[in-house]
Amino acid sequence: MQPEGHFIYWFFIALLMIGLYGAIGKDNLVKKLIGLSIFQTAIILFYVSAGFKKGGTIPILSPGHGPHTEPLVIDVDAIINPLPHVLMLTAIVVGVATMGVALAIIQRIYIEYGTVEESEILEKIAKS
Amino acid sequence: MRKIAIIVTVVLGAILLWGTTDFPNWGDPHSPASQHLSNRYIKEAYQTTHVPNLVSAILADYRNFDTMLETSVVFVAGTAIFLILRLPLGPLARRRNLDSDPPKPLKTLARDPILEMACRLLFPPIQLFGFYVLCHGHYSPGGGFQAGVTLGASFIMLAIGFDLTSATTRLSENLFRRFMAWGVLLYAGVGVLCLLLGGPFLDYAALGAILPLGPEALRSQGILFVECGVTMTVGSVIFGIYTNLVSRGSHQDSL
Repeated sequence: MQPEGHFIYWFFIALLMIGLYGAIGKDNLVKKLIGLSIFQTAIILFYVSAGFKKGGTIPILSPGHGPHTEPLVIDVDAIINPLPHVLMLTAIVVGVATMGVALAIIQRIYIEYGTVEESEILEKIAKS
Repeated sequence: MRKIAIIVTVVLGAILLWGTTDFPNWGDPHSPASQHLSNRYIKEAYQTTHVPNLVSAILADYRNFDTMLETSVVFVAGTAIFLILRLPLGPLARRRNLDSDPPKPLKTLARDPILEMACRLLFPPIQLFGFYVLCHGHYSPGGGFQAGVTLGASFIMLAIGFDLTSATTRLSENLFRRFMAWGVLLYAGVGVLCLLLGGPFLDYAALGAILPLGPEALRSQGILFVECGVTMTVGSVIFGIYTNLVSRGSHQDSL
């Protein structure tokens, strides 16, 4: 184990924990959502970095065209892993859509209670 | 609450840091994630699909069930936003509405000719680029999701640069709600068509009964069909999210 190969994981863990703290430690619902979004970003970055290979190139092959093309030689170690990219590509778009739903719910909560602070909402629920 | 949160994050962070000691080094070509399945994809994907962009090939061919259901999730999220924002008011909000004065009319912003002209000029190239990303997704970075987001963003730019009504007259609510559903329907329809032609669900090689192409070329074309469906759904959902959130579901006035 070389520690310099693990620095990037420490960065992801720091980002993950910032997001988690925002999601559970903040009172404001919008700030909680921002925390969740940071959390999600950390996981997306982690997946994409897991697909990286040193000295590898993007997973797009360049086959030639025409009658004189040489057969395609694929060196597996020279092409980065496309699978995490596929997974995260869909995860990012679904993340945007679900964030839209979360914002819509927060907007409804604001219309109903006139606040997005969790403690004030709980007070109002207890009163009514 | 804050103290508990700090304790939880510090403890969990320490556990995760301890867990990374077993991780492979960053960029190691022989890490477990880069063995087995991914090597098979890299070696075989081009031979079986004739799509040089391996991400597109895996997204819309090898993992097309996943992509279909992700598209459905986007569709459900887009529909949920309509439903959440248009629910009737709850008891607290209704009481507050009765007590308070009638709502003040929104201040309308003066239109800026420079901004409008810039939007006018940018709108077609952005849309063209969106279609390029969709159609060229087989050969360069791109595909249905990215194209959908680009197309949706072009309409959002229109809504910000002009106002919400001029964007919704060009892409009305009825139309983009239909596009949302049609996109998923197109994706699933290609799958059902494969099923009817005697192949497994979403195996585009079965389309050979109606298209005179080899199985690899058919897979390449099938990927384009389903990516079109993804583009329709994602583009209209992105626009739908924006228009509903800025107008609280009414589509009348914005911000």
